[in-house]
Amino acid sequence: MQELQQILDQALQQFAAISDEAELEQVKAKYLGKEGSLTALLKGLGKLSAEERPAAGARINQVKQGIEAALQQRRDALQQSKLAQKLAAEALDVTLPGRGLGSGGLHPVTRTLERIEQLFHSLGFATASGPEIERDFYNFTALNIPENHPARAMHDTFYIDPQHVLRTHTSPVQVRYMEANQPPLKIISPGRVYRFDSDATHSPMFHQVEGLWVDEEISFANLKGVVQDFLQRFFERDDLRVRFRPSFFPFTEPSAEMDMSWKDGWLEIGGCGMVHPNVLKHVNIDSEKYLGFAFGLGVERLAMLRYGVSDLRQFYESDLRFLKQFN
Amino acid sequence: MKFSENWLRSWVNPALSSDELGHVLTMAGLEVEGMEAVAPAFNNVVVAEVIEVVKHPNADRLNVCQVNVGEASPLTIVCGAANVAVGVKVPCARIGALLPGDFAIKQAKVRNVESFGMLCSEKELGLAEDSQGLWLLPSDAPVGKTLREYLELDDQLFTLKLTPNRSDCSGMVGIAREVSALTGSALQPLNIAEQPVTLAEQWPVNVADAQACPLYCGRLVRGVNAAAVTPTWMLRRLERSGLRGISAVVDITNYVMLEMGQPLHAFDVAKLSGGITVRKARNAEELILLNEQTVKLDEEVLVIADDARVLALAGIMGGQGSGVETTTQDVFLESAFFHPDAIAGRARRFGLATDSSFRFERGVDFAATRQALERATQLLLEICGGCVGAITEVRGQMPKREPIALRRSRVARVLGISLDNDQIADLFTRLQFEFTANSPLPNPPPMPSPQSSPASGRGGEREKQSSIPAGEGAVAASARHLLDDDYRVTPPSFRFDLSIESDLIEELARLYGYDNIPAQAPQAALTMLPYSELQRPLARIQQILVARDYQEIVSYAVVDAQVERELCGNENPVALQNPIASNLAVMRSSLIGGLVGALRFNLNRKQARVRLFEAGACFARANAKENNGYAQSQRLSGLAYGAVQPEQWGGAANPVDFYDVKADVEALFAPQPLRFVAATHPALHPGRTAQIFCGEQMVGWLGELHPHWQQQYDMAQAAVWFEIELGALTATTVPRMTEIAKFLPVRRDLAVLVDETVAAQALLDAMRGASAPGVIEVALFDVYRGKGVEQGKKSLAFRVLLQDTEKTLTDSEIEPSIALLVDVMQQQGAQLRM
Repeated sequence: MQELQQILDQALQQFAAISDEAELEQVKAKYLGKEGSLTALLKGLGKLSAEERPAAGARINQVKQGIEAALQQRRDALQQSKLAQKLAAEALDVTLPGRGLGSGGLHPVTRTLERIEQLFHSLGFATASGPEIERDFYNFTALNIPENHPARAMHDTFYIDPQHVLRTHTSPVQVRYMEANQPPLKIISPGRVYRFDSDATHSPMFHQVEGLWVDEEISFANLKGVVQDFLQRFFERDDLRVRFRPSFFPFTEPSAEMDMSWKDGWLEIGGCGMVHPNVLKHVNIDSEKYLGFAFGLGVERLAMLRYGVSDLRQFYESDLRFLKQFN
Repeated sequence: MKFSENWLRSWVNPALSSDELGHVLTMAGLEVEGMEAVAPAFNNVVVAEVIEVVKHPNADRLNVCQVNVGEASPLTIVCGAANVAVGVKVPCARIGALLPGDFAIKQAKVRNVESFGMLCSEKELGLAEDSQGLWLLPSDAPVGKTLREYLELDDQLFTLKLTPNRSDCSGMVGIAREVSALTGSALQPLNIAEQPVTLAEQWPVNVADAQACPLYCGRLVRGVNAAAVTPTWMLRRLERSGLRGISAVVDITNYVMLEMGQPLHAFDVAKLSGGITVRKARNAEELILLNEQTVKLDEEVLVIADDARVLALAGIMGGQGSGVETTTQDVFLESAFFHPDAIAGRARRFGLATDSSFRFERGVDFAATRQALERATQLLLEICGGCVGAITEVRGQMPKREPIALRRSRVARVLGISLDNDQIADLFTRLQFEFTANSPLPNPPPMPSPQSSPASGRGGEREKQSSIPAGEGAVAASARHLLDDDYRVTPPSFRFDLSIESDLIEELARLYGYDNIPAQAPQAALTMLPYSELQRPLARIQQILVARDYQEIVSYAVVDAQVERELCGNENPVALQNPIASNLAVMRSSLIGGLVGALRFNLNRKQARVRLFEAGACFARANAKENNGYAQSQRLSGLAYGAVQPEQWGGAANPVDFYDVKADVEALFAPQPLRFVAATHPALHPGRTAQIFCGEQMVGWLGELHPHWQQQYDMAQAAVWFEIELGALTATTVPRMTEIAKFLPVRRDLAVLVDETVAAQALLDAMRGASAPGVIEVALFDVYRGKGVEQGKKSLAFRVLLQDTEKTLTDSEIEPSIALLVDVMQQQGAQLRM
């Protein structure tokens, strides 16, 4: 039986020395194969007496199991090591940049407009739009700006023909909307507007958003409330102060200029007021029953303040180095 | 409107600093646009007379001067100015003086001679950018007086940005009235005495258009000295209002205009032929204006004429050849009320904007027309002398000032605050608005002086009764009894912006102080906004392009006519009548111009890969009735240039081509299928251009920029551009689910050879139109040219998916369908590849 112990020791030694799976299987055959030494021993059991046979068989099987276990262990170890090698060989430089398309971005004015719209939508304002080549009537007359009124000069209008202008504000959208809808009304009208002006703070084309709320009980105090709320939410500053200064617009009365606190002073941010009874009359809304307020804000102005843009013209130069900063 | 604070304070002098006064004006709607000191801070500078000039013993260029500063003994001052001389009067900074730039004057030895001060130039006092030598003061300057006092340098220049409704504040009297109303400070009245008539002569005046000129006052003054010198005080006020001194008579008319807001005109009587007529111009009449501009007149324009010719544009500007000169002896002074409607817009027609037209087109106080003439006469006599004729006054129908009804309840509804009767009465009284009660009152409300009101409306909540003075209980009592709708308010003659209740409410709010009205969240019934699923929001569409690496731009909708002609073939664009620049002259009919311009801008800044998009309106002439004359369509357009992907490792940098951008266009519409039909476009490569169809509707263009433009614009590569009607992109449908088939589809591939000229779409259309049973999808998956395919041919491979909802298809069911597809392709000239 010393022979059995020798076989086991030899097998374990041999297995441990093998680092190749195929070789391992060949060596396995030396012990467990048809011609293997253990197989030969098992075959030799028949020569033993019936009394000796069970004990000898049990011993041989014990050794066989030992060899098989060692073999399996070695197989697992070799597979593990092979996998580890494969994984090591497959390792990437994870610091190399990703591939594929880059990503574009929205214009800062669009970004600002989206923000404005979302804030007003949260208060139930719908968005309305209208033509940019506008009838003189809607741009001026219906807004209580008769021909020859000095306020027309304030607008520095581009004319297409005597009856058509490039709209100087988005207020005509309000008129069109009031013509088509009955109060209560709550809209904002964002869009491009045009004025004969060009320098670092004026552009012949820019964006405005105007708001209109017509209902039975809407007051100047409400106008102040809504505008202040908007500006505080837009700039995300609860301490932002809004100042209303008396001003003049033919389509509102009382009219106000809105200033907001900025750094150490006040910045003009837009105009507003209670809708003028003549404007309501033009669209057949009973000004005795209904009141309304309207306001207008310069979108570029808001974007400039929000994002620290100093020259209005940069919005229209389409310089990627500028635009990419807002993505 | 620009004016000196000191001048204003000579009328009304509230206990407020300059800044506080500016704030009060701004918060009352008279925006103070600018405020600047007349002179920078300096002190201890007096008027001095040089009484002796001796060469400095140790310096050639210096003099040792004895200077009289009004004290017992003169000062010794070393001076290096070349224009120092005995007898000149100059500013002298005394020891201890601090000049602008923190320049302190100390006793000093200048080359061994003690100097006790400094004689100054204008520059040294911060009153001029540059100056030559000492500032020589007028010979009558009072020696010893401080310069600041003598020249009234402690003064601020206010610039008001007047809104068109507040013409009443285009004269000092109006601003003073406003300040008095705002602060309660007493208003000094301007005493204008009627001038005694010393000439029994009147110049004839005929007003032919009394509607345009309801009041005309004129008077003859003979024997004036038009060469007289305008007094310093008047010149100073004119200059501080931004007007130059011209000559005594003109200065006087300008002065009265600034003072009272009433523009005046003075004619040289020697240049008049016959009487004055106020009339509409005749067609084609001409006038050479004072500014040498020749204007062609018509019946819309009101003029002042004599028997021979037109003399002036009424209320706008005088003409050449009738104005006053320094040699003028006899003057005809005009003070008229021209109706705003007769003046409005006329000056602008001629490209003019004058002080006079500014006031008349907004409205001038017609109760002060005659007074202004008396005031001008008074000043004319004081300064130029002369004999005064009686005023010729032609009076027609003056503008009506009907009482306006005001309801207290309406005030509360509009403003959101309730004002009581006492407050309303007080506010109207301060504004000098006459108001009466509808119902009879025990005492008619008198007009109390505005003494009682607090300094301004910005002090927060005002106590209810505090605005009614104790001694005026009668007013308070009567006001208290007014019913809601009892107010009848008559606007004063100097206000042209008050005709309805809202106008009065604005005045109340303005004077009460907008700051004192609280900011309140509105209360209203809540309803949700409609949110149609049949419309995709633009934001979501834009996001598709952003995710595909496009950067949004915003470009001008006004473009160069050349761009429209070249890139859009548009010879007849919608043009501006008054473009601001030649490259911003017509409305774009496509977004391509802005995108190409932006591409070029960025290529010039070394960008190699540019992908841009814009959404915006495009314009075209259209059917006048249906479209208002102009079609305005919202479009989405994009442009890609350079490599498909940003420069990166592990792949070749392929330049973007037609099909890359086509995929972007398809992604925008997905899952809606599109059809692309070869076409030509002025901006695009004739063989690489397609019209985009969504269903039956042509919705846009896709194509490569024409090599001709590529070359002209210095582009190394071709740009691929697309443009789509936004309406086609936003319109969508609400999905309806269909049952998922229980049986898996079967795939068959078909490869055919066709001539290069056969479009893949033709085969796809043929197969899709064949209604082969079981076929649910036909798509192209490969195009091959080269080995095995003869020149002039291409191999197209299609994937065909077949499926049945009831069972798995067998070969015998599939084969007839496939044979049908092969057949229809063969009809298009295709040859099946084995």
